[in-house]
Amino acid sequence: MSEPILTISHLVKSYDGKTNVLNDISFDVKEGEVIVIVGPSGCGKSTLLRCINALEPIQGGQIRLRHEMITQHSSNIYKIRQQIGMVFQSYELFPHRTVLDNILLAPMKVQKRSREEVTAEAMELLSRVGLKDLADRYPRQLSGGQKQRAAIVRALCMHPEIMLFDEVTAALDPEMVREVLEVMLNLADQGKTMLIVTHEMEFARAAADRIIFLDGGGIVEEAAPDEFFSHPKTERAEKFLRTFTFERKKKIAGGKTKNEE
Amino acid sequence: MNLGLEVLLKGSNMLRLLQGLWVALKISLIAVAISIPIGLVLGILMTFHSRVLHVILQIYLQIVRIMPQLVLLFIVYFGTTRLFGINLTGEVSAVIVFVFWGAAEMMDLVRGAVSSIPKHQYESAGALGMTKKQTYQYVILPQAVRRLVPLSINLVTRMVKTTSLITMIGVVEVLKVAQQIIEANRMSSPNAAFGIYLVVFILYFLACWPISLVARHLEKKWAVN
Repeated sequence: MSEPILTISHLVKSYDGKTNVLNDISFDVKEGEVIVIVGPSGCGKSTLLRCINALEPIQGGQIRLRHEMITQHSSNIYKIRQQIGMVFQSYELFPHRTVLDNILLAPMKVQKRSREEVTAEAMELLSRVGLKDLADRYPRQLSGGQKQRAAIVRALCMHPEIMLFDEVTAALDPEMVREVLEVMLNLADQGKTMLIVTHEMEFARAAADRIIFLDGGGIVEEAAPDEFFSHPKTERAEKFLRTFTFERKKKIAGGKTKNEE
Repeated sequence: MNLGLEVLLKGSNMLRLLQGLWVALKISLIAVAISIPIGLVLGILMTFHSRVLHVILQIYLQIVRIMPQLVLLFIVYFGTTRLFGINLTGEVSAVIVFVFWGAAEMMDLVRGAVSSIPKHQYESAGALGMTKKQTYQYVILPQAVRRLVPLSINLVTRMVKTTSLITMIGVVEVLKVAQQIIEANRMSSPNAAFGIYLVVFILYFLACWPISLVARHLEKKWAVN
């Protein structure tokens, strides 16, 4: 395989200068790889994604997209960001523009591409995520799942080298989660390079090439999904995974009282 | 009951009232036209995180808020003559004061509208590779303007109504004309005060009502979420 698309080395992020939200994070993302980042709330997953897109200043270490350093002060930060697509938990479509105009805005104004060309691509992508008929609607007329799919298309239309997904299903009703995750699975199958933060463990297991388990601002475990979910190596990972399974201590049908295993 | 409305038909009284209304409207429209662009720029400056700028603009805003418009009118009309020997006409003084006032109010409306746009909108525009300028131009300002238009139209109607004060610095606008007509007919139609002021009331209403309607229409049309 070729050199990594994204290289993160010894990244340190702190909001107040005293406690580190992210402490010495290092990993690579190779082309076509799908990495899912999991971990308890407040472990710094979202902050990590925000740093990669230079939405947050960093206090130490390096983030590189191929050979380009990503910092808020890079003179070409706007160029770099075009190559990194990001989808947010709260969709963040532009409410004063229709779905199609949301998608067209950046490719036309930032990349100076022609309206015809981008429209054709946008409509093709919209029909692939089942939103072809909603292109002329405003975001307020869409359901959460539809908005999120539109937001994914908006990011894709910039032809990013890597896509970041920041808990994109966390604000959705359960029945809409699946339609968004399906879209992401399709992207994974098409070979998109993706970095996904999620709480959907079944999805993580299915979609990921590699799982990164983050806790307390550091990478605690990094493994292939089956290995991570079946045989976590660390106690912290095990404890975290246990929070997704449930057990009753007493059951009437069994007759006897059983203690937690 | 005799309201003395027949006075309106004497000579060119009705025409003079309408001319007076036009003076009031002209002054407020000129003032609005100048204060909107100034207020826009100042309002955007206010959303930048500059401490110095913020303090200066806040002082300006507070002065405008605290000072009665009539005092401002007196200061400009009489003060400029005393201090600098410049002889401003009442109309020019009125425009200056209304711009000074309108720009400050407009600035605060713009600041409110721009800062009501959630932080995530800046971020998602930034994540698409837009520069600061593009973000403001295509994402932030279009949304802010939609919130702004109904509010600034209300400011216009307030200005139109406040022009009734400029009679105090000698500008002959609709209220002054009304007083002149009433005075001139005090003997022949002592009740004219009712009728004429009623007509003035209706004239103000006719001038401001359509503006309010436009505001309400735009508010509905641009309602976001």
